[in-house]
Amino acid sequence: MTTAGQSDATSPSKGGVSAWDAAAARQIIETYRGLDGALMPILHALQERFGYVDDAAVPDLSELLNLSRAEVHGVITFYHDFRRTPPARHALHICRAEACQSVGARELETHVKKKLGVDYHHQTPDGRWSLGAIYCLGNCACGPSALIDGETVGRLTPEKLDALMREAEAGRREAAE
Amino acid sequence: MSAVKIYVPGDSSAVAVGANRVAQAIERLAREKNREIQIVRNGSRGLYWLEPMVEVTTPAGRIAYGPVAPSDLGSLFDADFLSGGAHALRLGKPEEIPFLKNQERLMFARCGITDPLSIEEYRANNGYRGLAKALQMQQAEIVAEVTESGLRGRGGAGFPTGIKWKTVLGAQADRKYIVCNADEGDSGTFADRMIMEGDPFLLIEGMTIAGVATGATKGFIYIRSEYPDAFRQMGRAIEIARNAGYLGPNVLGSGKAFDLETRLGAGAYICGEETSLLESLEGKRGVIRPKPPLPALQGLFGKPTVINNVLSFTSVPVIIDDGAAFYKNYGMGRSRGTQPFQLAGNIKQGGLVEKAFGVTLKELVHDFGGGTLSGRPVRAVQVGGPLGAYLRGDQLDIPMDYEAFAAAKAMLGHGGLVVFDDSVDMAQQARFAMEFCAAESCGKCTPCRIGSTRGVEVIDRIIAGTSREKNLKLLDDLCETMVDGSLCALGGLTPFPVQSAIRHFPEDFDKPSRKAAE
Repeated sequence: MTTAGQSDATSPSKGGVSAWDAAAARQIIETYRGLDGALMPILHALQERFGYVDDAAVPDLSELLNLSRAEVHGVITFYHDFRRTPPARHALHICRAEACQSVGARELETHVKKKLGVDYHHQTPDGRWSLGAIYCLGNCACGPSALIDGETVGRLTPEKLDALMREAEAGRREAAE
Repeated sequence: MSAVKIYVPGDSSAVAVGANRVAQAIERLAREKNREIQIVRNGSRGLYWLEPMVEVTTPAGRIAYGPVAPSDLGSLFDADFLSGGAHALRLGKPEEIPFLKNQERLMFARCGITDPLSIEEYRANNGYRGLAKALQMQQAEIVAEVTESGLRGRGGAGFPTGIKWKTVLGAQADRKYIVCNADEGDSGTFADRMIMEGDPFLLIEGMTIAGVATGATKGFIYIRSEYPDAFRQMGRAIEIARNAGYLGPNVLGSGKAFDLETRLGAGAYICGEETSLLESLEGKRGVIRPKPPLPALQGLFGKPTVINNVLSFTSVPVIIDDGAAFYKNYGMGRSRGTQPFQLAGNIKQGGLVEKAFGVTLKELVHDFGGGTLSGRPVRAVQVGGPLGAYLRGDQLDIPMDYEAFAAAKAMLGHGGLVVFDDSVDMAQQARFAMEFCAAESCGKCTPCRIGSTRGVEVIDRIIAGTSREKNLKLLDDLCETMVDGSLCALGGLTPFPVQSAIRHFPEDFDKPSRKAAE
């Protein structure tokens, strides 16, 4: 019941994912299966480690948590956060909520869709960026906001967003922060 | 010379506009200039237009500078800001800034002032006094005090907190739970996030008092995944509180047990609805439950459960410490106490204003907020998140009060307000409300699940000018069906922003015919 250990394992990803490994996945499930309502923390831990939850995990989750496969599948697909396919190298989420709309989120959205050539919920063909929509980062007094590889950024303009995306691609953002 | 204490907010909104880079630049320059400093990552004071706002401790008190960019630090060091020197960015004493000075901060009394993870500083600033008192009281007395204070659920519904607690106290069960709804998903709100990042022990104390009052021994804080910093901060604070004896099998030697765990949401807005949240905590799809049974009787894992919003729990320590009479002295009508209002969107001075209920929307938008960021006229204000009504810029004389808002066919919600200037297209805002409902519906009720998608289509036809009158009537029918046929607030309140937009801004729904007339 140590919240600290569990917090580390279920924290949202900051990158550094590894390829799907069934044995390691099963180990993660074993580690957290004793928690109350264990499925959500386990799914977060799997996604933290691998960047997504492979369909191959469903039978193990079902068996170890005594749930039907349909229930497990239902939970994975209900929540926007859980991915069933490996992520792109970089993830960009644009905040679409009202506070950001009032300061130019729609323009930002148009800009980035054109720049990446994809719509929401899609990846660029080269696997470099995924584009997602997010509804509020709690940065509503400093919008418009976006999430770049897990980091919230605010007071964006198309130019500033371009610069931050270039930094992310160059791997400089972590260093700069 | 002893080390100068410098405060650079670790608040995620401040970080989103560069606070980490500023902190690093300060460290680097101080090293180069051989100045001894100690940086504290405090919470935000909630003056977001001034973030990153750096404060230095001087013999005359704390002096603030902001908004600071890393490139400003050369000149700040040259101006000897470490001693409070003059500079274009110097703001003086933060507590003298009118935006802050004119507030009534009860629950945000410490936020931005103390080191969020120092339990010593928390205690030194009136922290844990409420719990100490509660441990000397009978359970029924604590509940009576909360009831007497007039505290109403701060999540939006405004249900009296004391009544909920009384129901759980009276319920017989082998196990009871305290659940904190920290799934603050409404656009324009960030008070929960600020308090979890900036004063996490306050939430722990409030939940512990709830546990002591109702006989619950276990609590969960369900935090949305969009708030990773708040999630980490709460986890650390819980660990610190446990090590200091404030949580665990024997809270402060009282013989009473109470412990907490954090849980992370996964991007579903609906999980801010209390029964969906409970489902999610149990590891299921966040599909809402019909009520009854009330969560107070059959909540988490079927056990009696107090489920309250972050701001409801964080109101409790001051109520117990200073008494119900002190607390209910603030406010108007049946809205007692203070509420942290959140000024967001296109606003010049965005941030957090904790004020007694009764302050008008106009005072918040114009006196505190300074009007729009763009400098253009305020055309619309949405209060209460994506399910809240849009009010016109000339309708802002309304007091912030649950009943006054209900009378205006609007709602206070979680106290967030989003300002729009005259460039807003209200037909697009109405369309967005339906689109958001379609994206976030849990799927339980047909009017919400299907109706929201049909709503987007009908609004598109109205915007295009296709059988406009007929489609407006159809939209009206659809809204009525959603209101009457949805179990929870998502389907039931999405018509609020839609219909208020049509009611208050009809011209935006009639563009083709106006064009034709021109």
